Amino acid sequence: MLGLLAAIAALILAVILSILFGSRQLSAEELVHALTAATGTSADQVVLDLRVPRTLAGIVVGAGLGVSGAVVQALTRNPIGDPGILGVNAGAGLFVALGVALFGASVPAEYLYFAFAGALVATVLVYLIGSAGRSGADPVRLTLAGVALAAVCTGITTGMTLLDPLTFNKLRGWSAGSFVERGYDVVLPVLPFAVLGVALALASARSLNTMGLGDELAFSLGTHLIRTRVVSVISITLLAGSATAIAGPIGFVGLMVPHIARWIVGPDQRWIIPYSVVLAPTVLLVSDVIGRLILWPSEVPVGIVTAFVGAPVLIYLVRRAKSSTL
Amino acid sequence: MSAPAGRIDFGARVIVVRRGPVALRFRMRTALVCLALGAATLAVSLVALCLGDLPLSVPEVISVFLGRQSGIVETVVLDWRLPRVLGAAVFGAALGVSGAIFQSMTRNPLASPDIIGLTAGSYAGALIVIIVLGGGTLPITIGALLGGLVAAALVYLLAYRQGVQGFRLIIVGIGISAMLGALSTYLVLRARLEVAMTAAIWGAGSLNPVGWPQLLPPLVVIVLVFVALTVLVTPLRQLELGDDAASSLGTRLEPARLGLVVCAVALTAVVTAAAGPIAFVALAAPQIARRLTRSAGVALAPSGFLGAFVLAGSDIVAQHALAMPLPVGVVTVVIGGGYLIWLLIHEARRRL
Repeated sequence: MLGLLAAIAALILAVILSILFGSRQLSAEELVHALTAATGTSADQVVLDLRVPRTLAGIVVGAGLGVSGAVVQALTRNPIGDPGILGVNAGAGLFVALGVALFGASVPAEYLYFAFAGALVATVLVYLIGSAGRSGADPVRLTLAGVALAAVCTGITTGMTLLDPLTFNKLRGWSAGSFVERGYDVVLPVLPFAVLGVALALASARSLNTMGLGDELAFSLGTHLIRTRVVSVISITLLAGSATAIAGPIGFVGLMVPHIARWIVGPDQRWIIPYSVVLAPTVLLVSDVIGRLILWPSEVPVGIVTAFVGAPVLIYLVRRAKSSTL
Repeated sequence: MSAPAGRIDFGARVIVVRRGPVALRFRMRTALVCLALGAATLAVSLVALCLGDLPLSVPEVISVFLGRQSGIVETVVLDWRLPRVLGAAVFGAALGVSGAIFQSMTRNPLASPDIIGLTAGSYAGALIVIIVLGGGTLPITIGALLGGLVAAALVYLLAYRQGVQGFRLIIVGIGISAMLGALSTYLVLRARLEVAMTAAIWGAGSLNPVGWPQLLPPLVVIVLVFVALTVLVTPLRQLELGDDAASSLGTRLEPARLGLVVCAVALTAVVTAAAGPIAFVALAAPQIARRLTRSAGVALAPSGFLGAFVLAGSDIVAQHALAMPLPVGVVTVVIGGGYLIWLLIHEARRRL
């Protein structure tokens, strides 16, 4: 419990950093002024119209990625599960590109449903490919299936965007994974789905715990295997789809955060998931702040920063002698 | 299968060529597959020479090579289309051979330069030279080579933990690829717009910029590496037997391995420097070739021929199949990624 409070404190700090830093530097007084008695100064506008919605987007996307990562890792018993590595984000990205090209979707609220469809198709495909055969879901095959599917999806998306430069232009800010120009109109329609996804994840946490013991043991403990799998996949779809609809494909957050949570609270999904809800936005917001500062006054998409921070975590995880306990 | 009396059945039929002290053994089926793939590549290349804004017939193209045509047709075929078509075949062969070397050395069908981060390393190295130093063809090639070697060393060292295990090698490679990809995107973002646009198209893997001046340096390197490989192929075969067996057969393990890695990285690097990261040819070609030749291990020559055929064919698809020409890497990533998925499903089925 104390750990969770500390994590919340860290998140609040990250939120303050995310509102303070950017291409226009703000002082603490300006921040307080904007939040308590806004009078429409330029600093107020920056805070209320740009930084606050952007930070909110970071929180929603972070929670979506972190929790979907935790559920993917628990469901597949795979310590290197991540919606980015497993191709879920790329699948969502492909379907959004298809939606833009074929059905004329033009605002992120419309991207949302395509992102959900893509995330669902990719999750089911990767899971089927990775777990085909008698040995069940094997981390290597799952990862490779995800990488292959992500490559194919990204290839088709790239091809489509190059064939139709108009689509390319609409999607350009979106394809790298970034929070630029994500206002309330982008974040609010997605919010209910993300909340529902987190709720489903929390609801299935107990069953996921027993499934960590193996299918037979979980079944004999009274866990409904198929229902748990279906609920988990729906939760992954909602969360990864929401995150991708807002920000575009962002990798490695879903990989890192559940492991950090596991180091703090041990292998109990009922704690890992709430921790991920708090820790993932912290990681993502700090990455976003880093992305805004290293090329100041222009900025680096947050997806680039998370790849740089998260890939070493992946390498560390496979180098450890003992594979991670789930 | 009953062998005729007095002869031993060695399984596969073999051709032996003897000339003085040199004796070369070829498996019949491998030789036939190589011949067929070579002919197919030639046919695809001829078709590629015919297609374009100025459509030509096959006899017209052939007559250019016989020196019976001049003027615009000769210019179009020899100066504009030939370097690109030749580049597709040669680069494809280089990628196929490079993939075969890695897959054979690691005894792992998935350890191709694309997956274990060498292509990403070469691309990042080349980008650093273009954006930070602003160099020409030679510096870019050197940058790509160094980038590939650094990535190879990094992946090997990070995956090393009481020996290199296939799973760890691949996951570390994926991680390094992601980091190098992020680095490349960062470099493109901070570059000037014109440079960034060029880099973006080149980044997908495209044969568009390949003319004679861009083709000749990589061509020379690739031919030199192929010559070096005729010597290194024997140790490669012995390494496949495992380190202990190879060293007891008289192979010096570390020099052989170093030479092979340098050759394989050089092949990927020169192709990446000239045409960008063309994905998945190196992954798919050796495996398809192995299935066609029905050989026990991954063989270099059929992989090279198959790589040439795949890239030449993909380039035609990329240029002419759709409304607008696409970078060839987009086509190979879809073909190769689809093939990888098929491979995974197939392997899973076999385990049932």
